[in-house]
Amino acid sequence: MNQMTEIKPLTRKDFESDQDVRWCPGCGDYALLAQVQKLLPTLGIPRENFAFISGIGCSSRFPYYMETYGMHSIHGRAPAIASGLKLARPDLSVWVVSGDGDSLAIGGNHFIHAMRRNIGLKMILLNNRIYGLTKGQYSPTSEFGKKTKTTPLGSIDRPFSPVSVALGAGATFVARTVDSDHPHLLETLKRAAEHPGTAFVEVLQNCVVFNDGAYNALSDRESRADARILLEHGKPMLFGKDGNKGIRMRGFEPEVVTVGENGITEADLMVHDETAANGGLAFFLSQFAAPLPVPLGVFRAVDSPVYETLNQQLAADARANKGQGALEKLFNSGDTWTID
Amino acid sequence: MNTETMTVDAPKASSRGMQKNRPIEEIKSVVIRFVGDSGDGMQLTGNEFSKAIARAGHDFATHPDYPSEIRAPTGTLFGVSGYQIQFSSGQVFTSGDAPDVLVAMNPAALKTNLSDVKHGGMIIANSGAFNKVNLTKAGYQSNPLEDGTLTDFRLYSIDISEFTTQALKDTGIAKKEIGRCKNYYALGLMLCLYSRPLESEEGNIRAKFAKKPEIAEANVIALRAGYAYAESTEMFVSTYQVRAADIAPGRYRSLTGNHAAALGFAAASELSKVPLFLGSYPITPATDILQELSALKHFNITTFQAEDEIAGICSAIGAAYGGVLGLTTTSGPGMALKTEALGLAVMLELPLVIVNVQRGGPSTGLPTKVEQSDLLQAVYGRNGECPIPVIASRSPADCFDCAIEAFRLAVKYMTPVIFLSDGGIGNAAEPWRIPDPASLPRLDVKFRTDPEGFQPYARDENLARAWVRPGTPGMEHRVGGLEKDFLTGNISHNPINHERMVAVRAAKVAGIAKDIPALTVEGPDSGDLLIVGWGSTYGSIVQAREQAVLAGKSVAHVHLRHLNPLPDDLGEIMSRYKAVLVPELNLGQLSKLLRERYLRDVIVMSKMQGKMFKVSEIHYRILELC
Repeated sequence: MNQMTEIKPLTRKDFESDQDVRWCPGCGDYALLAQVQKLLPTLGIPRENFAFISGIGCSSRFPYYMETYGMHSIHGRAPAIASGLKLARPDLSVWVVSGDGDSLAIGGNHFIHAMRRNIGLKMILLNNRIYGLTKGQYSPTSEFGKKTKTTPLGSIDRPFSPVSVALGAGATFVARTVDSDHPHLLETLKRAAEHPGTAFVEVLQNCVVFNDGAYNALSDRESRADARILLEHGKPMLFGKDGNKGIRMRGFEPEVVTVGENGITEADLMVHDETAANGGLAFFLSQFAAPLPVPLGVFRAVDSPVYETLNQQLAADARANKGQGALEKLFNSGDTWTID
Repeated sequence: MNTETMTVDAPKASSRGMQKNRPIEEIKSVVIRFVGDSGDGMQLTGNEFSKAIARAGHDFATHPDYPSEIRAPTGTLFGVSGYQIQFSSGQVFTSGDAPDVLVAMNPAALKTNLSDVKHGGMIIANSGAFNKVNLTKAGYQSNPLEDGTLTDFRLYSIDISEFTTQALKDTGIAKKEIGRCKNYYALGLMLCLYSRPLESEEGNIRAKFAKKPEIAEANVIALRAGYAYAESTEMFVSTYQVRAADIAPGRYRSLTGNHAAALGFAAASELSKVPLFLGSYPITPATDILQELSALKHFNITTFQAEDEIAGICSAIGAAYGGVLGLTTTSGPGMALKTEALGLAVMLELPLVIVNVQRGGPSTGLPTKVEQSDLLQAVYGRNGECPIPVIASRSPADCFDCAIEAFRLAVKYMTPVIFLSDGGIGNAAEPWRIPDPASLPRLDVKFRTDPEGFQPYARDENLARAWVRPGTPGMEHRVGGLEKDFLTGNISHNPINHERMVAVRAAKVAGIAKDIPALTVEGPDSGDLLIVGWGSTYGSIVQAREQAVLAGKSVAHVHLRHLNPLPDDLGEIMSRYKAVLVPELNLGQLSKLLRERYLRDVIVMSKMQGKMFKVSEIHYRILELC
């Protein structure tokens, strides 16, 4: 079919549109754009089969910069639009790019239901914990007590974790990465791209203008090893600049321990299992807060029936039972009578 | 589903040797209303009766009237559910103004409906339900069947509850189940009175209760018992017969407006050879369309019950972007929620059909009742200059044609189209002459695949942009809700470009006027009065006008399907009459549009009772005006 694309392998350049990128200099969104443009040519999918759908917010300008099919839609609704597109066109690779306000405030309903259905969307949430496009109001992920233009005395809203929300809604693939670690970002996106069903990736992203430094601890090369833990399937939960800190369970409470001290060995540490059918471990990790390190990587990746495949199966079964629909038969079904 | 087919039964005595001694009174038309508790099965009884009437070759129209509570407390006034049917040997356009016959299953049903019944009309009351408890619940101090309340009516007081129990006492089914069979007793009684045979109905019962054969048998026994009672009792002096109507030859079936719309959408998909995607959220009275299409997965139809109204339309927009026919169905409150997405669809210039089966508003309003008060919302109700074509169906069967017309416009002009139906026609049924699919118009859909010179917002002679399916090589492009460049579709904040885009979107929709067939005026070419109607007022206006013409009045009627844009010839037609009357189930919304467009006054005739116009109401208004 697409001989042109087979003859000439795609490159990153092929995915750059002719539009000027208009994010603020230094915005974390650039990192995502670059890594996505780097990833897509490697997936073996013709360029014309990608569609990027976004809502409203800084991050939602994303589709304009991709030389693919795309839609910059309305606030919060991208998962609903993308769901319709994916159902109508299961052959397409459909991506949703969104932010913390777009996905978790105005679009919270569509967000959780996309997760619940396990429809084949790649959903990226750029979480800068602030409203950027409207110039600095608090978001559903802003810290309790945070002072912003609409919370001059400090926020009394309790934030929630996008990863927790996704897991709570039954997501089959949930990951978290950070804008400043490009290799980790790329690897996480790759894992998401390979997952059938809804793949959710939270990207911790710095807003240089309205919430600069929110993730300094994670981007600073000196401190980040102690501030984060990289989740690896089947591996003990180790972190720290010396690689000897670990997470141990004490009853139902996690604690940070040091391997080699007080007789603690790697065998005492929690082991990550992203494939656990029970989402409990993933949720537990998603609730980590200081002094525990921030987990990055794949929290959960489980196989589960995919919505658009089930939908195609329903149609195939209906055709097997009733034959391909025909108007003549449809019109004449039910109680009919003839007037001569 | 029961797929039986039959030719019209000649009017005849049943094989059971009925009515040998009783005169058969021939009547031209009759209006019957079945009323009872919302759990009494009155909708079913009415539906089954209308099927029997259909088989007899009558023209008919029905009107279900039910509360928004699913099963309100037994015996209460607000829990009464009704089903009205008018059938005739002539043409029928409405379910009738006033019942000739009221079948009342309990005191509350009698109380809430008695004032509608024609003076001298027949009342068949289930006397078994007129006990102290039910009388009190209905607010009766004494029993109206006995205290002379009904002396102006022909009252038939029959203990349907007890007779049903007697008939079923040997079946061994539970008392509660027996109670549920009394509607079939009533149906049997009415079939006998109106000279309809039992056999087809017995077949319907067995098909309906195929999984519960003992219940099927019980209902058949109740049906026969009711029939036999009517046949043998001395109470009824005559039985009635309505001659078969003189209607066009062909094959017919009974369809509600919602069902007809669903068939129309399936047809639009087949005729265009483009799959259909329905994204919807259940809402009264529109839900049936979603349900009907959900059962048609063997067609190229996907139905998606979304998480909310907004996701309903947004998923349909996504599907339309993907190159299929996008559809969403709702009613007023849902329409309000979809508003922002409607604006997006206007900006994206993608084909999309939005059905609003209107109900009483504002807010939650009257969910199960009819109203036409969303017209201005459909025409204007969005932020920005946001033109959307609007069409409306005039009757249940017309919903089929409107569904196809909506998609014809949507794909030809690359635009969302709003299709207004209402609760009055969505749930009401009438005979539908089954068309030959080959006779239906083809819908011409072209997807652009040639990247040479492609500009996403370049336009054809109808000002429509090209529809491009994602997956087409070399034509990758972005669309969105931000204002876009006139040709490339890229974001543009250029002031002159915005003005140009606003103008071209308006011109595109206005240009549809040239694509609307010439209006048909019923009645004199000019004269004293022109009635301009739209939507479900059609039947009442037609009959009222006919009566006025018989009374020697010079009155004409034009009924609009296209409401935005208005047909080009409407202004000239209006100018030929001294006065223009606009009956509508709102405070004058079409009237506003007509005044604004044609700078002439029109006379508003408004009704806001959750009910259709009575023929007589419009008739009297005509007499007052000319």
